[in-house]
Amino acid sequence: MIEATGLRKTYQRGHGRKATTVEAVRGVDFAVERGEIFGFLGPNGAGKSTTLRMLSTLLRPDGGEARIAGADLLRDPAKVRNNIGYVGQASGTYEQSNARRELVLQARMHGLPKSTALTLCEAAVKAFQLGDFADREIKTYSGGQRRRLDIALGVIHSPKVMFLDEPTAGLDPPSRARMWQEVRRLRDEGMTIFLTTHYLDEADALCDRISIIDGGLIVAEGTPTALKREISGDVVVLDMAAADTAGVVDPNLVMEAEKLLGEEPYVSSTEVIDGTIRMYVDSSATAIPHLMRTLLDNGIDPGSVEARRPSLDDVFLAKTGRSLEE
Amino acid sequence: MKLLRDTWLIYQQESSLLLRSKTMILFSLAQPISYLVLFAPFLKTTLAGQGADSYAAAYRIYVPGLLVAMGLFGGLFAGYGLLQAIRAGIIERCRVTPISRIGLLLGRALMHVTLILSQGVIITLAAIPLGLRVQPLALLAAYGMLAMMALMATSISYDLALMVRDQNTLGMMVQTTSQPISLLAGVLIPLSLAPLWIQIVALGNPFAWATDGIRALFTGHPGDDVVWQGALIITALAAISVVLSSKLFNRKIA
Repeated sequence: MIEATGLRKTYQRGHGRKATTVEAVRGVDFAVERGEIFGFLGPNGAGKSTTLRMLSTLLRPDGGEARIAGADLLRDPAKVRNNIGYVGQASGTYEQSNARRELVLQARMHGLPKSTALTLCEAAVKAFQLGDFADREIKTYSGGQRRRLDIALGVIHSPKVMFLDEPTAGLDPPSRARMWQEVRRLRDEGMTIFLTTHYLDEADALCDRISIIDGGLIVAEGTPTALKREISGDVVVLDMAAADTAGVVDPNLVMEAEKLLGEEPYVSSTEVIDGTIRMYVDSSATAIPHLMRTLLDNGIDPGSVEARRPSLDDVFLAKTGRSLEE
Repeated sequence: MKLLRDTWLIYQQESSLLLRSKTMILFSLAQPISYLVLFAPFLKTTLAGQGADSYAAAYRIYVPGLLVAMGLFGGLFAGYGLLQAIRAGIIERCRVTPISRIGLLLGRALMHVTLILSQGVIITLAAIPLGLRVQPLALLAAYGMLAMMALMATSISYDLALMVRDQNTLGMMVQTTSQPISLLAGVLIPLSLAPLWIQIVALGNPFAWATDGIRALFTGHPGDDVVWQGALIITALAAISVVLSSKLFNRKIA
């Protein structure tokens, strides 16, 4: 449904002699199948939104090409627009307007006659349960209500492909769960969904497949399960802050502990993130007694030890050397 | 055809939202009326040198200036609305649909022109009880010139907005440029009172030509050369600036 090859975008920042070139997207390839939720996971500034804006005809790529629902992005953007819906990070609705008025306008912007627009508006109000507030001014809506309207606007013309830019940023947990439900419903109705997110749990729970993007390049791609499986074994996280130090950690102590543990044969790799040491081991059950003994023998007393299955953050860390969590 | 339909669609949306905002309506009415009421007492004495021996005569000189000032200021501030719409993501949302790009801009611009025209009508109506008398056909022609002026100022404001992309900078630019342009158009004090060098500089100001043209229409000289000259200049420039702002909009935004 979406095929992108070598998409690139560079920006000029500043003017004249002081101008610098920012390579926002440095050539990305991916393919999205019909009826799947495909996610771009990455930190802020990784090139997620730029890629999404190129695919939704808002930005002209500097290189590469893409086909969306059979239409060529560069040669026939008008045809692409007929087949796609887009929900940006900013809501894109008029504060003084209301949901019904915006839904009708949106349908009419897609070239539909007024009578059809009115029918579609009522159908959308029903499908997205906007009835309670559809005639109120948009400025009175909650964040979740706004977002639901945004999605309803994006799909009013039943597009084949839906682009969502950070659909749940800034929403409270119940509203996020509600949004996920709506996105899954659209997928189940046969729509193809491309979304960007910097939330690990969103990529994990909502997306059928993800690409991890960092610094304008795709560093990994696959289903969340397959990506996590690449990180074999378990993760052990040592928090070096002792209980009585209120979270203050001696960096020398952390370095020393990391060096000691990194030399242990059962530890395949280590990473230091703030005051914690993250270790990748075959089995946490057998590793923990060993590493505790090593630390205590050297007079180091860790604050806490936690064992868990690898997460997408471990995948991100393994691919980029940095953590997505802050 | 599609351009007309899409322009009309955006025009409808923009103007119906404007009509829903009671404060906006109140202020856009209050502005021209306060101009008239607060400036009227000065008129007779100030314009006595122009052969204005009555309030009626004074208003024939002053109201055209007010119309031009409104077309200029009102139009030049239109870029604010565009920047706000860009920031709110409204323009982006529209651009992902197949709607005409020019229609997107033109629909907004025409809404501003309508707003300015209705302010112009209010000024004229309010000046009638104060003694203004104008021939209906000459008045219509004057409104036509006002519309062209408003369209030109609106398009220029869109250009500036698209180039600077910042409401504060736009505000400063508009403040500093609109003042000299309006003074050099003889909006408040007719240019015939100005020293020669100002009159020469003003020859290069299209708004000065338009002001003179509208004044001639109001004072009952529709056959004066300055009427068709002013109309031609302002219409041509309005057309050029609409094309330029559409091009810039397409390049910067689409």
